[in-house]
Amino acid sequence: MLDSVIFYFFATIAVGSAALMVTRRNAVHSAIFLIATLLATAGIFLQLRAEFLFIVQIILYVGGIMVLFIFVIMLVNLDVALHQIKFARQKWVALIVALALSAQVGLLFWTTSKGAGQIWPGLNAAPANRLPPNAETVAKSLFNEYLLPFEIASVLLLVAMIGAVVMAKKRA
Amino acid sequence: MQAVIQATIDFLKLYWAPLLCGVVIVAVLPLIVGYVVLVERKLMADMQARLGPMRVGPHGLLQPIADAVKLLIKEDIIPEDADKLVFWLAPVFSVGAALLAIGGLAFGPAFQIGVNLNIGLLFVVGISALGIFGIVLGGWASNSHYSLMGALRSAAQLVSYETAAGMALVSGLLLAGTLNIKSIVEAQGSAGVWFGFLAPVAFFTYLVASIAETNRAPFDLPEAESELVAGYMTEFSGFRWSLYFLAEYTNMIVVASVATTLFLGGWLRPFANVHWLNFLDYLPPLLVIAIGGYCLLRTPKQPTRVQQLFMVVVAGLCFVVALVLAGPLLLPVVKPAMAEAVKPFYAGIHGGFWFIFKVSAYIYFFMWLRFTIPRYRFDQLMRLGWHFLIPLSIINVLLVGLSLIVGCYYHLQGWALLLATTPAAILGLVAALIILGIEQKNRARQEAAAAVGFYAG
Repeated sequence: MLDSVIFYFFATIAVGSAALMVTRRNAVHSAIFLIATLLATAGIFLQLRAEFLFIVQIILYVGGIMVLFIFVIMLVNLDVALHQIKFARQKWVALIVALALSAQVGLLFWTTSKGAGQIWPGLNAAPANRLPPNAETVAKSLFNEYLLPFEIASVLLLVAMIGAVVMAKKRA
Repeated sequence: MQAVIQATIDFLKLYWAPLLCGVVIVAVLPLIVGYVVLVERKLMADMQARLGPMRVGPHGLLQPIADAVKLLIKEDIIPEDADKLVFWLAPVFSVGAALLAIGGLAFGPAFQIGVNLNIGLLFVVGISALGIFGIVLGGWASNSHYSLMGALRSAAQLVSYETAAGMALVSGLLLAGTLNIKSIVEAQGSAGVWFGFLAPVAFFTYLVASIAETNRAPFDLPEAESELVAGYMTEFSGFRWSLYFLAEYTNMIVVASVATTLFLGGWLRPFANVHWLNFLDYLPPLLVIAIGGYCLLRTPKQPTRVQQLFMVVVAGLCFVVALVLAGPLLLPVVKPAMAEAVKPFYAGIHGGFWFIFKVSAYIYFFMWLRFTIPRYRFDQLMRLGWHFLIPLSIINVLLVGLSLIVGCYYHLQGWALLLATTPAAILGLVAALIILGIEQKNRARQEAAAAVGFYAG
């Protein structure tokens, strides 16, 4: 009972502020609602007892990426009329992507409900005490089983970082 | 409806203790912050050969309450062109993040809200980093150039120094081997040595980065009075302004607590494992008794009757605290049968005392720096962060890891681990000097190029 109350609380916030993020005209307001969405998603992670995922979501997405977003929005000082024209062009692309995504989700629901013999796929949170410590488990699987993909991803990030520095130097 | 009530009752049954602790913190923290401000003003006055606040209460002891009342009844001004919603939201966000971060900390073995949080330290650091939104959004929403400049400076500063602070924390966590705050302190207890000694370079890096993250002098550029009026807080007044103030000082307490937990042994007494130094246990009650005695001594010198009374009350409070501190020590002497029952109280009370003592010492150091070192220029601050602290902290993570492998190889533990970590620290120092040398050479070259350009043009 408590679990579902918490889930619907965070889910309502996440979906509601996601909708508001798309509809706001002001870029900073959109960013604030995006922050709310990300925080609510983090709350759902916590409700699923994935506390490591919760804090990583907050540190990376909210504390890192969103700060840079807002920083850029303030530096660039978007001209309202200009960005409305620019964004309006993506309407059809967005519609197609949204339709494709909802078709995928629908397919997922349809297949899982068929298999389990129920209307909605049931998602049950793991009991709190039986779950192994999150951070350790993630670290173990990352550094034992998925070491090579992990290293490839870090090399990719390093390349991106150096590329950004080189491009910034060229401009100056 | 029945189910909702049942769920609420279940929730309260499970979590009444953390909830109570949270309420206590929210209620008491503004008072503590007020007195931290008073201590800061008194210290500043002392270092500048003044008296500081003296009017409200004996030696200005009631000044924080007068300040709070003043701030609460001040007119709340919202600029006409401000973004009302964001203007309202920003200070709340700042305070919320700072207070939430306190929830992950442990003030002694007994007083912790998020008990046995597996991600302990990560939670505190990650949540307290959210406070930056309050600053940036507040600066943007005020629709004023000073505010916006302050906010932008602040965002740049926090993002740059978070990296260095994070890397310093990683070096400490390598030694602890866990993120759980209780286990970190216990690891230091069983090692018999604080991690600040094992990783001095990391401690130094964290110290500098934490000053920058809390926007304190000499890195208080977001609110540099001489350049930006009050930075992002310029347009805020009354209660909103005091919320920002509360968030700033709460953040100070948070970074001091993180440093204490990870580098200064948390709630452990100095030399907790050395038995012939057990008399140090009597230090806390004696210290508090001495403060109370001094208050009594000064009572006849107060000019009015009310102030004399107040001094006696403060002395009485000190004696009560001393009694609480001495109780767990003296009870087993009087009644040996109570020795076992008293043990958890001893751990809780004395642990709390040492934790608060260390946090206060750290904050005192912050204030000392503020009154001693002049403010940095913004480009100097950025250069210090990106060209010196971040490379140094990354090198230090590698060195600490290497020294841990060496220590593991030779089965070094506790104090013996110093044999491995000290050379690493010295190597870190050499690396710091090399980085500084390169930096100096680069700057000389840049200045020469600029001079050539100046004379040619």
